[in-house]
Amino acid sequence: MMQDSIQKFTFLALGFFAVLSGLMVVFTKNPVHSVLYLVLTFFAITGEYILLNAQFIAIVNVIVYAGAIMVLFLFVIMLLNLNKETEPHKNPYLKFAAVITSGLLLLVIVGSLKAADKAIATPYPNTGDIMQSLAKVLFTQFLVPFEVSAVLFLAAMVGAVMLGKKEIK
Amino acid sequence: MKDIIQQVAVLLPLFPLAGFIIIGLLNKRLSRTLAGLIACGALLASFIVAFIIFENVSPQGTEVHVMDWINAGNFTASFSFLLDPLSSIFLLIITGVGFLIHVYSVGYMHDDDNQNIFFAYLNLFIFFMLMLVMGNSYLLMFVGWEGVGLCSYLLIGFWFKNKSYNDAAKKAFIMNRIGDLGFLIGMILIFKTFGSTDYKTVFSQANGFFSGQGVITSITLLLFIGAMGKSAQIPLYTWLPDAMAGPTPVSALIHAATMVTAGIYMVARSGVLYALAPISMTVVAITGAITLVFAATIALTQNDIKKVLAYSTVSQLGYMFLGLGVGAFSASVFHVMTHAFFKALLFLAAGSVIHGLHGEQDIRKMGGLKSKLPITYIVFFIGTLAIAGIPPFAGFFSKDDILAHAYASSPVYYVIGLLGAIMTSFYMFRLLFLTFFGEFRGGDKIHPHESPKVMTVPLMVLALLSTIGGFLGVPEVLGGSNRIDKFLEPVFKPAQEKMLGGEGSAPEMALMVVAVIAAVVAIWYAYKKYIQDKEVPAPEGQRIPALQKVLYNKYYVDEIYSAVITKPLDKISGFLESIVETRFIDSIVNKTGTLVNWVGGLLRYLQSGNVDFYIFVMVVGVVLMIFFKMM
Amino acid sequence: MQEVIQGIPLNWYITLSSILFCIGVLGVLFRRNAIIIFMSIELMLNSVNLLLVAFSASHGDVAGQVFVFFTMAVAAAEIAVGLAILVVMYRNTKSVDIDVLNRLKG
Repeated sequence: MMQDSIQKFTFLALGFFAVLSGLMVVFTKNPVHSVLYLVLTFFAITGEYILLNAQFIAIVNVIVYAGAIMVLFLFVIMLLNLNKETEPHKNPYLKFAAVITSGLLLLVIVGSLKAADKAIATPYPNTGDIMQSLAKVLFTQFLVPFEVSAVLFLAAMVGAVMLGKKEIK
Repeated sequence: MKDIIQQVAVLLPLFPLAGFIIIGLLNKRLSRTLAGLIACGALLASFIVAFIIFENVSPQGTEVHVMDWINAGNFTASFSFLLDPLSSIFLLIITGVGFLIHVYSVGYMHDDDNQNIFFAYLNLFIFFMLMLVMGNSYLLMFVGWEGVGLCSYLLIGFWFKNKSYNDAAKKAFIMNRIGDLGFLIGMILIFKTFGSTDYKTVFSQANGFFSGQGVITSITLLLFIGAMGKSAQIPLYTWLPDAMAGPTPVSALIHAATMVTAGIYMVARSGVLYALAPISMTVVAITGAITLVFAATIALTQNDIKKVLAYSTVSQLGYMFLGLGVGAFSASVFHVMTHAFFKALLFLAAGSVIHGLHGEQDIRKMGGLKSKLPITYIVFFIGTLAIAGIPPFAGFFSKDDILAHAYASSPVYYVIGLLGAIMTSFYMFRLLFLTFFGEFRGGDKIHPHESPKVMTVPLMVLALLSTIGGFLGVPEVLGGSNRIDKFLEPVFKPAQEKMLGGEGSAPEMALMVVAVIAAVVAIWYAYKKYIQDKEVPAPEGQRIPALQKVLYNKYYVDEIYSAVITKPLDKISGFLESIVETRFIDSIVNKTGTLVNWVGGLLRYLQSGNVDFYIFVMVVGVVLMIFFKMM
Repeated sequence: MQEVIQGIPLNWYITLSSILFCIGVLGVLFRRNAIIIFMSIELMLNSVNLLLVAFSASHGDVAGQVFVFFTMAVAAAEIAVGLAILVVMYRNTKSVDIDVLNRLKG
């Protein structure tokens, strides 16, 4: 029981933390702060993953998202020298409409899920060697997407390099 | 017997149609002689076929089925011919007189640039006329009816570079159209009443109707309106004098011998229906009577040689309708035949005169042509005698046949007819005397000459026919056997039986004598006036007595029509155009365009290019989608 | 007794995921800076990843986690290219405001 409630408490704390960070991502004026808040969000979500005993995903999340992607964002922001003053402002009415719309979206999604089956099984965190079972499935059932994703990375790399090159005057 | 007819009947209209197509397509590449040969050859071939049919025709008529035509719902019409004594007589007239006129045209139109097209049109006209007469249903008759109207337009306005000729052609066509409306409505009524427009079906069913029924009266009256237009009776007659704008062979063929007789054919064919509607018969008779006297009065004062003949035609058509109206169907058909002979003769002879005078048509500028155009003079004289009703020429027998029946119906008709005969005699001899006798009044520059053989030979043939044609219908009173009456009897028997009222008797011999004497008196009066007193009609512009002025201006009927009908219609059209058209209809159309523009302008905001807006709309869309899915 | 470890109800994961997703949508609509918009999209992707893993645990099927793996891969590639485009855009228009990109107007 204690375990149960600790789990629930952890979940709630992490969830709250994630939501808060997310909101800060949206509402801060300084883009660099935005990035940092997003990193926090990612960490919170990683915590959730660990709660679900999905260790591989959790680690990959940290490495790829928080580590690589966010760093990339920071590099670009610094490259473009963005800060609080250069931030474009939006029409207040449109901001209001945006909040209302996303609120509506939330309501609609929650509403549609109400109709779903109430008796959803509670998730049983996986025990056992997650890595092994994951690897087994990845390299047998999902081999083709795996290889194709390698080609995808190649394409993305080439594309990014091509786009980033400066024109030779 | 019947088999021959079955085999050759299709050929009959095929020859002129082929002539039209060949000459029409190869127009400029054919030499004039060749085109003339083809056209005349087609007619000659058709005449031979018509003769074969005539020899072999059965009294009940033969139906020749050519092909299935319309099959729509409960309306079927097949393309078939009905060949009975009535149609065979008309076929002979059309192809025979037509052939002679074609030959004549070779000479008359020789100098014209568009001679080939002329022959093509002539052949096309013959084709449609044959269709009219040979069809076995009102629908096919209507096809021919419209077709001859079209050809009439083409041929009247043949010299299309002249605006007034074009106007005349348009006038003819439009007045025909007014009549055609009546015909069309009548035909629709026929279909509604009898379920078909085939003669056999209609006439056999008509036996079930009793006399005087409203629907039959309506049908016959409506059909008669069509006849009024096509055969130039009051009030739809004014196009015929104007139609003299066309070349003289056209006037001879269309407006004397064939097209204008289409109305007669139609009424004769529908004899059963008319017999069942005494009111319509009376209308027909009265119209015919009024027309014959009215036109004759106008003809008394006209100075254009062709116009006199035109009004004469209207008057003679009045005689034919009078005959039909009193139930003398075969007499009217007989008069159609004799009229075709002598009127075509007269027109062609007039054409010969015009040709010899290089285009002069005013009789005040003629005179003394007796010696210069001898052949023309002789044939014209014969034609005049025929039309005046002098025995033994053709006109005498047919006209008296009609007059006798008219008297039997009511003496008033007879008196009117007699009056018309007197006037006919007078104005025709006036024409003869002023044209051929006396001294030449046309000045010194013009040297009249006789026409070439290709023109005079048809004239002589027609003169011969005008002389002996009458012997086909010698009445019993004079010891003849009235062969034409007997020939047509099977066709008109059902109608004769249905006619109400017995045939009154007529003192035929007495009537004949009176008519002949009256005609001779008229001739003597004309002789006195124009030869002894050497009177010449006043030149243009000189003051003439009031009565004569009214007659000369055709009772101002054209002007009345213009003021009462055309001008108000023009005004209404103008009003509709300026008010209704521009304000309402145009504005609706324009506003529709503006509306589309405006909507487009609104929709343009959707394509603002603004990424922000796009994303926003996308999210809203998703929200709505999920929302509606939820519902 | 201790073998039966109760987990967290799936509903909670769904709710959390939805909230994060909507925050991501809010970010896309709210900001004009293209980079912030990209980051909001990343947030949305992550919320979906969370949901996928939760369901994978619920069903006991590893395929869900494999799917997340691929999603992350694609997200990474997409970010790379997207940021490259953004840099080009900055070079041309000297601004990362998305309202500047309205040449497709009409």
